Amino acid sequence: MANIIEGLYYCESHEYVRVEDGFGYIGITDYAQHALGNVVYIDMPEADDEVTAGEEFGAVESVKAASDLVSPVSGKVVEVNEDLEETPGLVNKDAYGNWIIKVELSDPNELTSLMDAAAYAAFIEKK
Amino acid sequence: MNSKLYGNLIFELSHPGSKGYSLPSNPYEPTELPKALLREQKPELPACDELTVARHYTNHSGNNFSVDNGFYPLGSCTMKYNPAINEEMAALQAFTRLHPRQPQNTCQGALELCHTLQQSLAELTGMADFTLNPFAGAHGELTGLMIIRNYHQSRGDTKRTKVIVPDSAHGTNPASAAVCGLEVVEVQSTPEGLVDVEALKPLLGDDVAAMMMTNPNTLGLFEKDIPEIAQSVHACGGLLYYDGANLNPLLGVCRPGDMGFDVMHVNLHKTFSTPHGGGGPGSGPVGVKDFLVPFLPSPHIVKTEAGFGIADDSFIHVGQHLGNFLTNVRALTYILTLGREHLRTVGPLATLNANYIKEMLKDVYELPIEGLCKHEFVFNGLKDKSTGVTTMHVAKRLLDYGYHAPTIYFPLLFPEAMMIEPTENESKQTLDNFIAVMRQIAQEAKDTPETVQSAPHNTPIRRVDDVLAATHPILTYKQLLHDN
Repeated sequence: MANIIEGLYYCESHEYVRVEDGFGYIGITDYAQHALGNVVYIDMPEADDEVTAGEEFGAVESVKAASDLVSPVSGKVVEVNEDLEETPGLVNKDAYGNWIIKVELSDPNELTSLMDAAAYAAFIEKK
Repeated sequence: MNSKLYGNLIFELSHPGSKGYSLPSNPYEPTELPKALLREQKPELPACDELTVARHYTNHSGNNFSVDNGFYPLGSCTMKYNPAINEEMAALQAFTRLHPRQPQNTCQGALELCHTLQQSLAELTGMADFTLNPFAGAHGELTGLMIIRNYHQSRGDTKRTKVIVPDSAHGTNPASAAVCGLEVVEVQSTPEGLVDVEALKPLLGDDVAAMMMTNPNTLGLFEKDIPEIAQSVHACGGLLYYDGANLNPLLGVCRPGDMGFDVMHVNLHKTFSTPHGGGGPGSGPVGVKDFLVPFLPSPHIVKTEAGFGIADDSFIHVGQHLGNFLTNVRALTYILTLGREHLRTVGPLATLNANYIKEMLKDVYELPIEGLCKHEFVFNGLKDKSTGVTTMHVAKRLLDYGYHAPTIYFPLLFPEAMMIEPTENESKQTLDNFIAVMRQIAQEAKDTPETVQSAPHNTPIRRVDDVLAATHPILTYKQLLHDN
């Protein structure tokens, strides 16, 4: 059963955002890492790049498939998780502990259109 | 399947001083080449006698698995038998000794052969004309999209930059569109696995260059709404592209041209029984409707009263010399061997074989979409999900029983997708044996799941580490030496 954490925001393309001190930490959900299987490469943006809610900002490649990363929020990338460059499989071990990018939110109102843990659980239940 | 792996590299067999050639002595004075043109070091070539080389490559060929070894139900790949008569025709010296640049009046037969193949493909698919130039299916897609883009641009219609692709499409479709400089827009499937016409309509507009489809789609389902889709795409000014990957079940039954498709490619290495992949080369002829014939790439064959010639007047070029000629020979041989009467049986038999396997296994494997399929179908893993045995495990276990695995984890619509395409060639005995083995594996998944999960057991190489292969590939001999 996929792990879903309270307090995060989720989107239908299976990314989450954890908000702390005005920054959003974006990664893929436990459900997504499970569906993808062993992740072998993550294509990430660079610091200072802009990401837009609903638009692609990179890709995750697993032994099964390559999948676009879609940003749940808009803003400027302030940091990328460099550990994932060397060891992309970390997202399989702990999808929520290993965020992919840290974003300075440009419009916190966007969070209201995302799902909470209960809504996301119901969403993947239907799939 | 070969139970022993032959794993030597030719470099490991090298013995300094050995050689497999003998050159005549040089009667000329040695010439000094300018120093700038000389290598600093001698190339590190292996030194072996001829018999060692012959054994080396013969033994390596024993590691292969092919249609000639066993059943190869790889979905969407149409792994047909490559009839021996195709090879006989392609080996005729009149064909193998042709030079691509020899005078046209000395190769009229070869030109006529290509022209006849173009005409035959046009008749079978409902297109006006074909080019044989593209070297593979994806190359055909790119060629077709170049034709479409040039057609729009020739009319001053420069806004059309979008290509609509269903979410069940082959990955090459969006890739070809991107390579052609067009923007990919995905359209969703309905729960029944067909293109969602209502989701499609809002995407259509004056910026749409084309929609790409396979029919039947990758779930093996016939897109029954194709007349409405064709009408809607044409109404917005876009063109309809047919990916010929799944043409096999339609052969002799219905034609993409009659469904409203404007441009298409055919995979000769699928539908027309020429070899695949490494055993290829492949070939992806592209066909078009009348109004697009002027956009077919050069060189192309023209038939005049004086005979056959080669014209070079199109500004689209995708390859020289009428494609892979000997592949054309094989494909035409297949068409003429079967003839009109027997080509009609290909699609129905391929469809019957697929439905037979599906019906015989759907009580133990999960069939996500009920009903008749065409040439292939998709299971969503084992029906019993409690065993912990996944599609990957079943695929690996099939290798132990001497079968090639089906296509797995594609299409991306079902998490445990397993796509099976038997083709029309297989006998009922072969299908029954495969069904028995698939049922046996389903039983093993219940009784001894660890046996399935740790498969393969009988192959020359056991389970490969696919993560390591993707993250730390060893691609050269030097790397191998370095890593060990």
